[in-house]
Amino acid sequence: MKPSVWVKMDTWVRHLIPFGVTLFLLLLTAVPTHLPGLSGIAPMLPLMGVYYWAIYRPDLLPAWLAFVIGLLCDIVDGTPLGVIGLVMLLVQGVAASQRKFFLGKSFAVTWWAFGLLTAGAIGLAWVLVSLILGRSIDPTAVIFEYLMTLCSFPLLTWALARTQMAFLRDA
Amino acid sequence: MKQSGAAGRLATLRLLVQRFAFLSLIVGAVALMILGKADILLIERTRALVADALAPLLDAMARPAATVAQITDSFHELANLRAENARLKDENVRLMHWQTVARRLDSENVVLHEQLNVIPDPDPAFVTARVIGDLGSAFGHSMLLGAGSKDGVRKGQAVLSGEALVGHIAEVGLRSSRLLLLTDINARIPVLVESTRTRAILVGDNSARPRLNYIAGSPTISVGDRVVTAASGGAFPPGLPIGVISSITDGIIRVEPFIQRHRLEFVSVVDFGLGGILPFERPPPPERRRRGREE
Repeated sequence: MKPSVWVKMDTWVRHLIPFGVTLFLLLLTAVPTHLPGLSGIAPMLPLMGVYYWAIYRPDLLPAWLAFVIGLLCDIVDGTPLGVIGLVMLLVQGVAASQRKFFLGKSFAVTWWAFGLLTAGAIGLAWVLVSLILGRSIDPTAVIFEYLMTLCSFPLLTWALARTQMAFLRDA
Repeated sequence: MKQSGAAGRLATLRLLVQRFAFLSLIVGAVALMILGKADILLIERTRALVADALAPLLDAMARPAATVAQITDSFHELANLRAENARLKDENVRLMHWQTVARRLDSENVVLHEQLNVIPDPDPAFVTARVIGDLGSAFGHSMLLGAGSKDGVRKGQAVLSGEALVGHIAEVGLRSSRLLLLTDINARIPVLVESTRTRAILVGDNSARPRLNYIAGSPTISVGDRVVTAASGGAFPPGLPIGVISSITDGIIRVEPFIQRHRLEFVSVVDFGLGGILPFERPPPPERRRRGREE
């Protein structure tokens, strides 16, 4: 039996969720929190979205969508266009190619791997931005941003896992 | 057997296409970086367009955040009411003294202006804009404002919060614009150390306290001196307060800005009628005259 139009639309909308959620995380980073000290070292939430979906549903957030999210990040954050685009693309590529290793592993392993990958990603962004601007950026803020990102990973993964359970259980 | 061979070939082909797509995206990203470095107008327009498209979403998300911040703020204020009251009383006494001084200076100034026939500075026009995005990234210090060219915001205009300088407008879309804070690594502001009238350039480096570079002469600058904008370069009107000197170590002078980034909710974009720190859009090329239409 062929699925009806509504069922098709339902699946289609559900399949948009990984991109939608990651986009939401991106906008969330830009919300003025009015918290002293947070601005400048806010965690890179969209990076976690890209990493999570690359492992659990790489079909729904493929490399090119990760690239688009990275470019949007560049535009919203004001970094030179293409920097975060490239970083997101590489994170997606590495995570998706190693996903068989992650599936069924404990959370600590995923976290540890995320730490390694993010260190590379933020390091690359730092090198690229410094190269483009022709001056080295103060690394302290970058390191703090990395630590913030690492610390918020468990909470965000929990939220993303709940989202996946709620909307994408079928396929 | 034959079928599986075909399927295998198809899978290999698909893998190749995927690899190729991935590689071309990497090349695309690098190309974008190089294009952006060359300052192509197209990239700037695209950035402004996308920011415009995201502006309503960001605006909607910024409002509840502001409400929450207000509520926590008021709790905080309630808790510190006594201490705050004592501090304000103290400050009031000091300010009353300054008010007397200011009144005397003001009347003296009016007399002097009259005697010298000084042409008064024109009152600047301004737009008040909501901060809809505070980009908490270590790679740049900027904010998105919910006002754009449709509201009269132009590239290079000064942005103030109260009286203090926040930064300047770096990109303008139709209904959103990007405010480059004075702490950003790309910010360069001609300044004056108020007490010694020393000229210098305030150079942002993505830290909370920008540096004072290219100091004219070898004056004695001390911690606590006020730093204000200078008129040089026609970028900003002179005398806008920026901050105070916070530290001098190993010849590196740092300035603590008056603005508190996390407190900014509304800012005023002020048109002083100056060129701004960035040149305005290029003037339109002179119209080409065609033969036969000249009469």
